[in-house]
Amino acid sequence: MLHIVNKSPLEKNALESCLGHAVAGSTILLIEDGVYAVTKGNKVEAAMKKAMESCTVCALWPDLEARGMQDTVIDGVKQVDYNGFVDLVAESATVQSWL
Amino acid sequence: MTESTGGIDMDEDSEGTVKKFAFVNRKAPYGTVYALESLEVVLISAAFDQDVSLMFIDDGVYELKKGQGTKAIGMKNFSPTYRALEGYDIEKLYVEQESLEERGLTEADLLVDVEVLSRADMAALMEEQDVILSF
Repeated sequence: MLHIVNKSPLEKNALESCLGHAVAGSTILLIEDGVYAVTKGNKVEAAMKKAMESCTVCALWPDLEARGMQDTVIDGVKQVDYNGFVDLVAESATVQSWL
Repeated sequence: MTESTGGIDMDEDSEGTVKKFAFVNRKAPYGTVYALESLEVVLISAAFDQDVSLMFIDDGVYELKKGQGTKAIGMKNFSPTYRALEGYDIEKLYVEQESLEERGLTEADLLVDVEVLSRADMAALMEEQDVILSF
């Protein structure tokens, strides 16, 4: 299952709810303001690292670059472009967007 | 009041009144339109010779992050505009220390000179204002 989060982790509880519902083996894709969750030093860094022990965490790099956060991404996060985004959706039987 | 001013009161009493205006910026850029809209209104306010302060708290501190490049998302990168504000005599930019820390950022990560204030000092600054515009 693919989970998509597009909200900043420090403004909305979308990421928190996502992490609470994503079972082991899930893929979590962060887009738009959601990408701040995988930047070093963010308050949710520890929670993201814990999620990465059982889930694949991806982030859309155009959104990281737009926000000037491309050089501070947590190690182990898979960066994808728009084609990679489409591939993830196509590979997944179901998608939950935490709007 | 005269027809030439379109009914706007231009008497001498209202001329010279300078108020303290604060723009409170709490949103990250690009994800919503708040940051860009705030900047537009700040630029408009520069025409009215008021005492303008910009406050950046919570995700608003992300507006000033260095190294923004928006080519791949197809949106306008408006971050260079913050550096141009000085040319419009808007020089009071305040950033909250706690908000930076929660996001792993320091003053060195910002693209313009600012004054970093504690949350308590930011609250006091907010209390001093005549007008607050929230974004």
